[in-house]
Amino acid sequence: MNIPLLRTDKLCRQVDGKLIVNAIDLEVYAGDLVAIIGRSGAGKSSFLRLLNRLDEPTSGAVYLHDQDYRQLAPRQLRRQVGMMMQAAHLFPGTVADNLRFGPRQQDIDLAAAAIESLLAQVGLPAFANRDILHLSGGEAQRVSLARTLANQPEMLLLDEPTSALDERAEREIEELLLQIFQAQQLTGLMVTHDTAQALRLANRAILLHEGKLLYTGSVQEVLDAQSTLC
Amino acid sequence: MLNQLFANPIHLRLAQAFVAILLTLLVAYSARRWAIRLERETIIALARGIIQIVSVGFVLTFVITLQGWGQWLLSLLILVAMMIAASMIAARRTQHIPGIWQVALAAIVCGPGLMIALLAVIGVIDTDAATLIPVGSIVIANAMNTMSLALERFAAEVESHAGQIEAGLALGAAPNVVLAPYVQTTIQAALIPSVNNLRSLGIVWIPGVMAGMILAGSNPLEAALYQFVIIAMLFATAGITALSCTLLARAHFFSAAEQLRVPSKAS
Repeated sequence: MNIPLLRTDKLCRQVDGKLIVNAIDLEVYAGDLVAIIGRSGAGKSSFLRLLNRLDEPTSGAVYLHDQDYRQLAPRQLRRQVGMMMQAAHLFPGTVADNLRFGPRQQDIDLAAAAIESLLAQVGLPAFANRDILHLSGGEAQRVSLARTLANQPEMLLLDEPTSALDERAEREIEELLLQIFQAQQLTGLMVTHDTAQALRLANRAILLHEGKLLYTGSVQEVLDAQSTLC
Repeated sequence: MLNQLFANPIHLRLAQAFVAILLTLLVAYSARRWAIRLERETIIALARGIIQIVSVGFVLTFVITLQGWGQWLLSLLILVAMMIAASMIAARRTQHIPGIWQVALAAIVCGPGLMIALLAVIGVIDTDAATLIPVGSIVIANAMNTMSLALERFAAEVESHAGQIEAGLALGAAPNVVLAPYVQTTIQAALIPSVNNLRSLGIVWIPGVMAGMILAGSNPLEAALYQFVIIAMLFATAGITALSCTLLARAHFFSAAEQLRVPSKAS
């Protein structure tokens, strides 16, 4: 029997008396890229942030390899379940400084060759010594992705990773994500407002509305359901 | 002119205070021309200030008349009360952060508390009430101002860099690691007034202790050296206070599961 890589069990989060994530049950299997679809305020990002414990669930549980993630140290969990946010939030310094950050927390000094390999994967060869202040929006998001991949996560959470980019940069990042997910056989969840993007990237989708999981299925099925259920 | 009208020193000081109050009110009312309303705040501050400082004068008059252990214990109680008040005032602007008052109190004990005790034991400052309370109050007040700057700056740094902080947490970093750059910025900023005081000593200002000693008839050189002792002590205390309050405050921005908590001032 195929055990899900990640599973949520009646996952809830309440803020100021309001359930922003309401009893979500979800199974994500190795190799899935699940698009999280819904209107603004549906709880998409709130749900995503619970999966690497950047926020604490009010009730319910998250299981990683069938183990309650509260039994894992938060830092270890976040290395295994990486996150790429809407804004790159790069640290002051060079591109290489940013890539070294994650492994350094485990006392691993990333070699120059490893840095170049990561940058080559994201289409930024020879960018190691570039100051982050001199990067475009698209380049910054690529560095953010490389920085997350430096920790060798088995799962990636993507919170609208292209929404702050222009159309061309958006397409480049999409292609990059597709290549990396396929090459490294990563598993992921992606919050997106862009239905076309969801169709291009994801193999599954879930529909959230007012914190609740309304529908799960293929991306097209979920998009069809969205028009009738929401 | 005033000292020719008032022979009694208390009457003279009252007259001088009255003139000072008038000038302050004049400034406050003049600001109305530019639609800046300062009158209410100025009147309240003046009233509180004069009542508080004159009350302290009465208390000091009483304490100085005591002898032996009685004077020493009462001096200690007064300094402890000042430290508690200072920590409450310093924490006021960041009171939306849970537990910040306890941080402020611990920092005041670490900073001025330890420094006053150490300097009294070594003999840098005398332990009679006439010296211990005024000098102690200068140290505590200076630490309080440094701590206000430090706590407010630190809270602002954390709030404005929440995205970067969470990016660091999401990469598996410990809270203290992601906060390190903001601790550094906070302490440097909080110590600017103390550094400036040392740099400008004697050039821009002659502080009150030196001025008071000269007015009381002390040798100006002796007064200058003692003033330096006070200012250096203030700088050291400010450094300890800024460092301890910032380091202690770090934990109050995270949950047990190392999640960033940034309470809003409105809550």
